[in-house]
Amino acid sequence: MSTATSSPARPGSAGPDRAPASPSLAQAAGLVAGREIRARLRSKAFLISTGILLLLVLGGIIASNLIGANAGPTKVAAVGQAQQLLDGQKGLAVTDAADRAAAEKLVRSGEVDAAIVPDDTSPTKLTIVANDEAPGSLVQQLSVTPKVTLLDPDAKDGNLRYLVALAFGIVFFSAAMTFGQTIAQSVVEEKSTRVIEILVAAVPARALMAGKVLGSSVLAFGQIALIAAAGVVGLTVTGQTEILQLLGAPLVWFVVFFIFGFVLLASLFAATGAMVSRQEDIGSTTTPVTMLVMLPYFAIVFFNSNALVVSVMSYVPFSAAIGMPLRLFLGDAQWWEPLIALVVLIASTLVVLAIGSRIYENSLLKLGARVEWKDALRK
Amino acid sequence: MLEVRGLQKRYGARAVLDDVGFDVVEGRMTGFVGGNGAGKTTTMRIILGVLDADAGTVALDGALLGGGDRRRFGYMPEERGLYPKMKLTEQLVYLARLHGFDAAGAKRNADELIDQLGLGERRDDEIEKLSLGNQQRAQIAAALVHRPEVLILDEPFSGLDPIAVDTVVGVLKDRALAGVPVLFSSHQLDIVERLCDDLVIIAGGTIRASGSTASLREQHSGLRYELLGSADAGWLREQPGIHVAEFDAGFAVFDADSEAAVQAVLREAVSRGDVLTFARQQRSLAQIFTEVIQ
Repeated sequence: MSTATSSPARPGSAGPDRAPASPSLAQAAGLVAGREIRARLRSKAFLISTGILLLLVLGGIIASNLIGANAGPTKVAAVGQAQQLLDGQKGLAVTDAADRAAAEKLVRSGEVDAAIVPDDTSPTKLTIVANDEAPGSLVQQLSVTPKVTLLDPDAKDGNLRYLVALAFGIVFFSAAMTFGQTIAQSVVEEKSTRVIEILVAAVPARALMAGKVLGSSVLAFGQIALIAAAGVVGLTVTGQTEILQLLGAPLVWFVVFFIFGFVLLASLFAATGAMVSRQEDIGSTTTPVTMLVMLPYFAIVFFNSNALVVSVMSYVPFSAAIGMPLRLFLGDAQWWEPLIALVVLIASTLVVLAIGSRIYENSLLKLGARVEWKDALRK
Repeated sequence: MLEVRGLQKRYGARAVLDDVGFDVVEGRMTGFVGGNGAGKTTTMRIILGVLDADAGTVALDGALLGGGDRRRFGYMPEERGLYPKMKLTEQLVYLARLHGFDAAGAKRNADELIDQLGLGERRDDEIEKLSLGNQQRAQIAAALVHRPEVLILDEPFSGLDPIAVDTVVGVLKDRALAGVPVLFSSHQLDIVERLCDDLVIIAGGTIRASGSTASLREQHSGLRYELLGSADAGWLREQPGIHVAEFDAGFAVFDADSEAAVQAVLREAVSRGDVLTFARQQRSLAQIFTEVIQ
């Protein structure tokens, strides 16, 4: 504008008349991300669901600690030479009994869980006397078992394998789904309220999308970090530190894979969300993305004992965040494997960002009917 | 000056805009009037770069507009929208910051506009909790908060009561006086008539008339006069070059073929008795509009 804009001065107006220079792409993205974060932090649904997740994690840790504590030592009454046999056995609180009748009396009264009496007819020279059921651990302890030699003593047992797969899976899956849907909704909100026309006139569409993905990612990481911190503190306070040591390195890798995997999914959700104009229609375009999140998740949960499936999954970008940490935890992966998987993930994230922002820019201002894929992908 | 030239836009086989061109001069309020579907919103969206034209240009002070230049525009879209859950002040500050203002400057602009538009008591309310009229004012504030150098407002007065219209008009005139070209569309012709310096009339995707309100009025009013005298005005019918439109004893409305014929009528009237009124009739914008779009 020429001099006409700067004079005459408007009465009653403070500050400079002209707008300052436009913010840089990064500044604009930062502003958008900041708004996104504040809006989420103000949402009661988000705060409540975060609170519930935290309670679940802490509750689970405390419950597992209590159950472990309750199990305590098995109380047994021992008669005669059985006493010597029980010396040095772990997890038993031994009460001496004069004879079998006295021991049975203790069992009946419930003062002890079982009585152990000498019995020459038994292969172990002992008989366990219990009310209705002998404590399983006691039976196992006193049984004669063959000698076992493990060739791979570090391998984790099936239960733990399943639990860890499930834990990684659930955290990634739930974060991707909840935050992904939120991103899509917030994109559609801007379209359905037409705020988008004002925003696009102010900043490039790229900055808008970058800000959205960034804001949601920061929130997702924040939520995960909070939950992880609660878990670590809970486990430490209750003295269950062994699990922590086991999870160390895989957990770090999980975080790294999570960051990139999440950005990838977030941009897909933003792009597909931009293709519709009404909240009710979100499902029609985001479903393929939802499938991309769900399929590998179920595959890894159901096939976590199938080494081949897990290996493949640990390289597929959508499931690497679950698969690779699991393999590291199990000790199945070479040191270089997570690095390659990470490169694959980052490369696909960049490709997806490029495609996603094209869809986003092409669809953003098309109101009304769902944008066709061919129009959305057009250059 | 904002120069719009030769805009073409088709949706399939239907031409929405055909060779649309006009100027929006700084320091003046330009009204953009037309019926529903005439092409007002499409034109404004193209000016803002929210929509691409098939052909044609938009230039500001002789320089064609690129994407970045439009950041200095203030835009009020036809379909209103702000974030429903954001508070008014927060919303305005956010928009100002997206345009490059720092936090303090953005806050200052927002506060000033909120006061000017009479939204002071609502500054901490969420947008969705505002009445429709107040949402409309908030929308106007959103278009102005970054101190734009050009204002494009699509129906800024629809849904406002007369007092709110005056408030908004005051704020917009302020901006125009500061040298900002202001283009606004409306189909409330009485407001446009009261408010605009310049006028652009569009119908069926083509510009039917444009120019200053005064000159348009001049052009389209013709030589229509009204006469009120003490004598019966029946003699007018015999007067050469005069066509009587209305007649009632001493009162008559007539169209003249030439200025000379008008003067002849005046002389004749004076000679026949007292002349109480002799004046040229200005046609209302509504009349001109109806005539022009046919």
